[in-house]
Amino acid sequence: MTAAARYAGARVQRVEDARLLTGHGSFVDDVVRPGMLHAHFVRSPLARGRITGIDVSAALALDGVHAVFTAEDLNPGVREPWYSLVGPKVPDTPRPALAEGEVRFVGDPVALVVAVDRYVAEDAAALVVVDYEPLEPVVDYKTATGSEELVHAAYPGNVAGTMSGRPAEQLAEVFASAAHVVEETIHQQAYQAVPMETRGLIAEYSAHDGGMTIWASTQVPHEVRLFCSRALGLSEHRVRVIMRDTGGGFGQKALPQREDLCVMLAALKVPAAVKWIEDRQENLSSAGQGRHEHGTARLAFDADGTILAAALDHVQDAGAYPVPWPVMTAVVVGMLFPGPYRVPAATFTCTSVFSNTNGRTAYRGPWQYETLAREVLLDVAARGMGIDAVELRRRNLLRHDELPVTNPNGMPYSDISPLETFEHALEILDHESFRREQAAARAAGRYIGVGTSSYVEPTTSGRGFHGTEGATIRIEPSGVVNVYVSGGSSGNSLETTAVQLTADALGVDIGQVNTIQGDTAVTPFGGGTGGSRSGSMIAGAVAETAAGLRERLLAIAAHRLEAAVEDLELADGRAQVRGTPGAGLSLAEIADIAYFDTRKLPPGVPPGLEASGRYQAQSPTIWANATHVCTCEVDVVTGAVTILRYIVSEDCGPMINPNVVEGQIAGGTVQGIGGALLENSVYDEDGNPITSTFVDYLLPTSTEVPVIEYGHVETPGPGPGGYKGVGEGGAIGAPPAVVNAVADALAPFGVTITRLPMTPASIVALLQEAEANQGVRV
Amino acid sequence: MADVDVRMTVNGVARRSTVPPRLTLADHLRSTCGLTGTHLGCEHGACGACTILVDGDAVRACLMFAVQADDTEITTIEGIADRDGRLSVVQEAFREHHGLQCGFCTPGFVVSVTAFLRDNPDPSDQEIREALSGNLCRCTGYQGIFAAVRAAADALRATDADAGAAARDGSHP
Ligand code: FES
Ligand code: FES
Repeated sequence: MTAAARYAGARVQRVEDARLLTGHGSFVDDVVRPGMLHAHFVRSPLARGRITGIDVSAALALDGVHAVFTAEDLNPGVREPWYSLVGPKVPDTPRPALAEGEVRFVGDPVALVVAVDRYVAEDAAALVVVDYEPLEPVVDYKTATGSEELVHAAYPGNVAGTMSGRPAEQLAEVFASAAHVVEETIHQQAYQAVPMETRGLIAEYSAHDGGMTIWASTQVPHEVRLFCSRALGLSEHRVRVIMRDTGGGFGQKALPQREDLCVMLAALKVPAAVKWIEDRQENLSSAGQGRHEHGTARLAFDADGTILAAALDHVQDAGAYPVPWPVMTAVVVGMLFPGPYRVPAATFTCTSVFSNTNGRTAYRGPWQYETLAREVLLDVAARGMGIDAVELRRRNLLRHDELPVTNPNGMPYSDISPLETFEHALEILDHESFRREQAAARAAGRYIGVGTSSYVEPTTSGRGFHGTEGATIRIEPSGVVNVYVSGGSSGNSLETTAVQLTADALGVDIGQVNTIQGDTAVTPFGGGTGGSRSGSMIAGAVAETAAGLRERLLAIAAHRLEAAVEDLELADGRAQVRGTPGAGLSLAEIADIAYFDTRKLPPGVPPGLEASGRYQAQSPTIWANATHVCTCEVDVVTGAVTILRYIVSEDCGPMINPNVVEGQIAGGTVQGIGGALLENSVYDEDGNPITSTFVDYLLPTSTEVPVIEYGHVETPGPGPGGYKGVGEGGAIGAPPAVVNAVADALAPFGVTITRLPMTPASIVALLQEAEANQGVRV
Repeated sequence: MADVDVRMTVNGVARRSTVPPRLTLADHLRSTCGLTGTHLGCEHGACGACTILVDGDAVRACLMFAVQADDTEITTIEGIADRDGRLSVVQEAFREHHGLQCGFCTPGFVVSVTAFLRDNPDPSDQEIREALSGNLCRCTGYQGIFAAVRAAADALRATDADAGAAARDGSHP
C-alpha cells in the first residue's frame, strides 16, 4: 500500500527559494501595517546601577513621539510570563519586562519609545534622561561566587542553581588507583548565535475585540502565542502569531525575550501596530550569548588506555537574565560528558552563575561544552600516554553492536554508530598518509596537524512541549494538496521538507503540494524549530495524517472502480489498480466525488478530503552521532591557523533531502570553526561590551572557511522514516576538532591548548610560554 | 532640515520622491519604494546584505543617503530576475546548489555575484572567495554559495560562447 518514496532521499530543489532569491521573502521588517508605529529601547549604559530617576518629558515633547514607557507603565501588566518548555513550577530566574529599580548589564532595556518612525524613535530615546547611581558590577562569572556584590539579591553567591551526579567520593578509588589520570581546566569564551536577521516583532492589538496579532521573527510561532496569552492574560485563541521567513535563529529565537514582552505590552497601550526591529549593536550586546563556561575535566585510564572513569566540574556564565532557566540546560553538559565511549563510571557537577553581562540564551547544541572538554582532554591524555589520539579513541568508542547501552550518568543510547562513523571519517582523510605527510612537513619546518572530535547527540525530544507535532492535509476540490504544519523555519527548509514528505505519502507529484506554515490561526499547534526536532517530527505528523487520507482515497476509488482496496495503489497522482495501467482515478476525480458528487461515496466514508493528525514521538529522544576531522597548518611565527581539510561523517539516519542535511552540517560546522578561531564576546573590566559591531565581533567569512567533505553512516532511528535530527551537531563537533588539530600541529613544542578562541596572538603566546618553560626553540 | 527632491530610476522605473536628507538609501528603497528585498543585517557597512547596484556598481545601501543617489540608475534584487519571474543564471545556480538557507543574506550575495561575474567572467576559486568576503552568511558556511558561483560562472561563459559562435556563423542561438 505504501507508495515508493520518490522525493524523500532526493536532492529536491527548495520551494522557499524562488521568493527568497528574488527579494520577495517576507521577513518581519518587511511587514507594514496601517498607521504602524516604531519602537526603540533606551538601554542601560552601565553594567550595574540603581535607577534614581527617569525624565521622559523632553522625549515626549518631540514631534512624532506617541509614548515613552518605563517599568512602572509596562511591568504591572505582566501576568504569567513562563515558557512552555520549562513550565511554571521550576524556580525560574527573574526576567522583568523593563528594568525595575536596578540595571544589570550594559544594554538592559530601561524605557521604550514609540514614535512615527524609527528615526524619530531613536532621536527621542536620546532625549530620555535616566539618572543612575552606579553599583559595583559582577563582570566575571568565574569570581562571582566569591563576590560580595550580588547580581540578583535573592541569589546568594550569585549562584542560579547547581545540579550534580553521584558523589565524587564514590569514584575516588578508581582515580587513585588508575594507571593514568589526566585533568585539565578548559575554558570556552562567550560567543553568539548571530542570526543575520536581528530579532524583531510587530504587535497589533485591537481593543474592540481583545485580539492581538503578532508578526515575529521566531523559530516557534506557537510558543510566541502561548507566551503572549499567558504573559498578558489574553485568551490563547485571541492571539494570532504570523511568521513567514525568519532570517536565522540558531536558538536565539526559540523563546520570546524581554524586549518581545515589552513590545506586546506596549501594543495594548497605543492605537496602532508597533514594530520593533533590533539593530546589530543591540543584537550583539543584548540578545543573549552562548558558550561562556569552563570546567575541570578528569579521565582515568588503565595501562592500555581503556577509560575507567570520567568526571566533570562545570561552571557556566548565566549572565544577568538567562533565557530559559539555565540550570535545566547545564545539567545536560554533565550527563553527556562520557560521550560515545565505553565509560564504566562517571559523575559531574554543573553550576550556573549570574554576572552583570548579556544573558545566556539557547545556542545550537547548548550543551556542546561536554564534547569540547572530553575531546580536548582525550588528545591531551593520548599525548601524555604516548598513544596516537586516533588509537586511543579506537580502544574506547562504542560500536553499533554494543547498543543499546546506558551511559554511567543514565543516558540511554541507542541507534548510533560511533566507531563506525569515526572509522569512516578517518578513511576519507586517509589518516596514515596524513601522518607521513606530517612527518615530512615537520622535517621541513612546517607544522601541520590533525584533530578529531566525536559526539553523541540527543535530538527530537519526545517529551512535553516538544513531544508531539500535528499536521492537517487538505486535498482541495481540484485535487491539489495543501499541508499545514506549525512551521518555524528559520533557514532549515521546513516547507520543502513538508512538501517532499506529503507528496510521497499521497503518491502525488511534488508540484501538486503546497504548504502553509507559521500562522497560528490556521496551523496545528507544534513545537517549531528547536532541539533538532523538526525533520523527524514533521515526518511523523505527515505520516500520521496522510495514513487516514490514503485510506479514504483508496476506499472511494475502490468503490467507484468496483475493485478491492487491496488491489489499488496510490502513485503518480492516481489511485490505480495494480498492474492494470489505465484502470484508476486521478486525485482530481476522487476529490470531485468527495466534495461535489457525494452520493458516489462508499457507505461510511465522510464527504471532503481533509484530515488532521497528531504524532507522538516514539521515544524520549532520538540519538544521532558524528565524527569531525580537521587538518590544519599553523604558522609558528604569526600564530595564524589555516584549515586544510575538514571532514564530517555523521549518522543522522536516512536523509529526507541530502542538500538540506549537508547545509545544516556545513552551517553548524562553520559556526563552530568561528568559535574555535574568531568569535568572542568581550567585556572590559567595567562590564562594557567591546565587541558589539561586526568590526569587532568576527564572523567567519568566505576567505577563512574550508571546503567541507561529508561522510554518511546510516542507522535508522525510531519513528517514521527512521529520520534523526541534524541541525545542531555541526556546531557541537567543530570546536574540539579544530583545537585538537592545532594542538597536534604544535605537539613538538609541548603546547597544551585549554582556552578559546585560538587567535594568532594566543597561539604565539602559548609558543612563547612553551619556549620559556622548556627551552624549546620556535 | 527641509526635505529634498530626488529622482532615480529603480529597476527600470523612474521614481521621484521627497525625502529627509538623513534617510538612508536602504530605508528609502525599503520604505518609500516598497522594495523590501534589500535587507539590513548590520547598518554599518560590514555584512553586505544591503548590496545594490548604483549605476552598475555594487554598493552598500546602508552607507548611502537617498539624496546621494539623486540622478542615478539603481538595480535591487527585485530587478535581477526578468519581468515574468524567470530567475537569472546566478539566481538559478543558488537554487540548484543550495546556496541559501534562511535567505536573509541572499539578496546581497546575488547582487554582488551578478556584478562580480560581469566584471570577471572567468574567476579562480580564490578570486571567488575574495569577491564574496564582503558578504556575511551565518547559515550556509558558504559551501553552497561557492558551488553556486562556480556553476554560474561556467554557465554564463557557456552561454557567451554559444552566443559568440552563433554570431560568427550568422546563425541564431
Ligand atoms: S546592512 Fe549594509 S552592510 Fe550590513
Ligand atoms: S542564508 Fe541565512 S544568512 Fe545566509
